[in-house]
Amino acid sequence: MALVLNEEQVMLRDSAAGFLAEKATVAQLRELRDSGSERGFDESVWREMAEMGWAGIAIPEAFGGLGYGYTGLGLVLEQAGRNLSVSPLQSSVLVAATVIAELGGDGQKEQLLPAIAAGEKLVTLALQEGPHHAPAQVATTAEAAGDDWVLSGCKVLVLDAHVADSFIVIARSGGRAGEESGLSAFLVDAGTPGVSLERRSLVDARNAGVLSLESVRVPAASLLGPAGDAWSGLNRALDIANIGLASELLGLSAEAFERTVGYLKERKQFGRVIGSFQGLQHRAAELFAELELARSIVLQALQAIDDGQEDLSLMASAAKAKLCEVAQRATNEGIQMHGGIGMTDEHEIGFFIKRARVAQHTFGDYNYHLDRFAQLSGF
Amino acid sequence: MSDLDPFRQETRAWLEENCPESMRTPVRSFLEMYSGGRNPEIDHPDQKVWCDRMAERGWTVPQWPKEYGGGGLDRDEVKVLREEMARINARSPLDSFGISMLGPALLKFGNEEQKLEHLPKICRGEIRWCQGYSEPNAGSDLASLATRAEDKGDHYLINGQKVWTSYADKADWIFCLVRTDNSGSKHEGISFVLFDMDQPGVTVRPIRLISGSSPFCETFFDNARAEKKDLVGAEGNGWTIAKYLLTHEREMISGFGAAPKKSVGQLAMESMGADASGRLANSILRQNIAQYQLDTFAFAATMARVGDEAKAGQGLGAASSIFKYYGTELNKRRNELNLAALGEPALGWEGDAYRGGAVSRDWLRSKGNSIEGGTSEVQLNIIAKRVLGLPDE
Ligand SMILES: Cc1cc2nc3c(=O)[nH]c(=O)nc-3n(C[C@H](O)[C@H](O)[C@H](O)COP(=O)(O)OP(=O)(O)OC[C@H]3O[C@@H](n4cnc5c(N)ncnc54)[C@H](O)[C@@H]3O)c2cc1C
Repeated sequence: MALVLNEEQVMLRDSAAGFLAEKATVAQLRELRDSGSERGFDESVWREMAEMGWAGIAIPEAFGGLGYGYTGLGLVLEQAGRNLSVSPLQSSVLVAATVIAELGGDGQKEQLLPAIAAGEKLVTLALQEGPHHAPAQVATTAEAAGDDWVLSGCKVLVLDAHVADSFIVIARSGGRAGEESGLSAFLVDAGTPGVSLERRSLVDARNAGVLSLESVRVPAASLLGPAGDAWSGLNRALDIANIGLASELLGLSAEAFERTVGYLKERKQFGRVIGSFQGLQHRAAELFAELELARSIVLQALQAIDDGQEDLSLMASAAKAKLCEVAQRATNEGIQMHGGIGMTDEHEIGFFIKRARVAQHTFGDYNYHLDRFAQLSGF
Repeated sequence: MSDLDPFRQETRAWLEENCPESMRTPVRSFLEMYSGGRNPEIDHPDQKVWCDRMAERGWTVPQWPKEYGGGGLDRDEVKVLREEMARINARSPLDSFGISMLGPALLKFGNEEQKLEHLPKICRGEIRWCQGYSEPNAGSDLASLATRAEDKGDHYLINGQKVWTSYADKADWIFCLVRTDNSGSKHEGISFVLFDMDQPGVTVRPIRLISGSSPFCETFFDNARAEKKDLVGAEGNGWTIAKYLLTHEREMISGFGAAPKKSVGQLAMESMGADASGRLANSILRQNIAQYQLDTFAFAATMARVGDEAKAGQGLGAASSIFKYYGTELNKRRNELNLAALGEPALGWEGDAYRGGAVSRDWLRSKGNSIEGGTSEVQLNIIAKRVLGLPDE
């Protein structure tokens, strides 16, 4: 597929850019943070996003979505990255709906996907347990008890945990921590006895929390896919999730960079604008080059999802690793080139480095994905 | 796509029949490339056979119009031809500055007579060209060049010196930047002329590089003669042509950033082995190689994206401004990592055991990539000013 956007995609990108720049801006994120918003995102904006179909962009039409594919979702996420827009687009749409689409049976998809696509149901993935992303290390247990399963364990960095209606809990029904086989995925409703939630405050001022499961009993029907065999579907869903996060980081990095270049043209020292200093010019030019590479690798990875390409894991780790690197550089340079004002909470540039850091970590950071990229490349 | 199938079949059959077996092996060094000329450097007799057969079809430069000796193929057909050549590992029949640099400039700025005179000879590999841009005091600041051209009615008399002129000792003709007027700004008064190197007023002295070979020269002009009909564009308009040609030179050089057939990671695994987890034994080297391969992967995607954008009629995007800078820096990284990955065998300079020192010589040669055709620093200046719009002092 040619590495260009088609007309439909350009329209989607432009309408996302317009809407989010008006309704879900950095200023709104600040307001949500400072007011201690209970839900953590603006529900009326989320409703509007869902009405425009964004919650179902990548969900097939048969299940109530638009069927535009992940390239479409990636374009919206990129714009969300530019504006640091807060919504359940990542947790419920990018991640949970994808896990359901990969692992769920038709009945489960019919039951869950249209509700997610309508923005009515908020589902989120509960995966990580330790300090690092290490999916094969999952130790949360799932024990068969008659027709039911009993789940016990503790999950961290569960996106939108305190507002989710349901969780997809990855638990071990067989094998040992470190093994890829033996993992299962369960759908667990928030109100199920034994489930407890703690909202956590992270550096990016977004919703994330800890989910504790104490002998939580769920029926057999809550199992997504075959027991003990979730790995390959989960792996593919995580690849897609990482490509989506890479799209968000692309928008975030591009925006931080453009704001910084704008400042270089405006701020004066030594009687001239600081953008005339070659020391800064070359750093800006190098960053520009890196951003162009970032843009290509993200588009290539998004198209690889929609084309059903076999080497998706390589594409995903390449895109995530590269975007972690570029986002870190763009946001660090953003602060440095703003000087003292860049260190203030009043200035918006600091919001970019904070969100970048959490998105970088989520589902594996630079170090995780560069290592995986090397392994998949055979060395 | 399927409309191209007959063309593909025909091309495949023709290549099968006409590409000599000996030309179906990879080119391992610059020395094995064929550049034609009156006294061509021949590494294997089939080089000329292969070049002549391809030239007959216009396929040494398939994208140029037929009337100028090219193949008159469109983009998709050129792609098919390249794919079919790659399929049988066919070498490029002819690589020259005439193809990569002068040709595009003549197609855009030359008059009909000049195109008909010079382009077919480039396609057939009859005339080999060199580039007379740099001077001892005009490198990055190319526009301050001082080689003079004096108007003598039907011709110019040329006096001055060029330097770093690649293959001046092998070339038949030179495309040369000369000063025809001193009165205006330094960018004005530069003219773009073509002349034969085989004349008493031209002296060439090879310069030896750190890689041991002597591909470039000092070139002296002492009343050298250039015919007026070989002035390209208007007198004093040479800077525009010079810059246009440079974009093509840079495009060619940025191709060095492409991924090698066998990855550096694989080379390192063969040379060093893996640890118990199956990863390359030295984790620091592994990380450096991974970073390089990741950037190469993203660079290839960027070349593809820019190509696709141009094909979709979106023009040559700003991304193309990074190619020269990024591609050459990647090639330097690759060469550094090659040495680290291969160890002792990569340090050889001479002898069959070291393949004549190919690895270390390529490594040294790669250092010039970020200098020739405009240095990396100059490329970054261009991006900062033209693309990002950052001001001068
Ligand atoms: C292998 C090779 C082949 C070549 N072949 C040819 C050829 O065929 N024909 C031809 O005409 N020329 C050729 N050249 C010459 C090449 O174009 C010049 O070497 C190049 O333009 C740099 O000029 P210079 O050598 O005078 O270096 P300088 O311009 O003196 O540069 C020295 C250093 O200063 C830096 N610098 C200069 N100006 C600036 C600035 N404004 N901002 C920041 N840094 C700056 C440079 O980046 C460099 O690092 C070749 C060079 C090489 C290495």
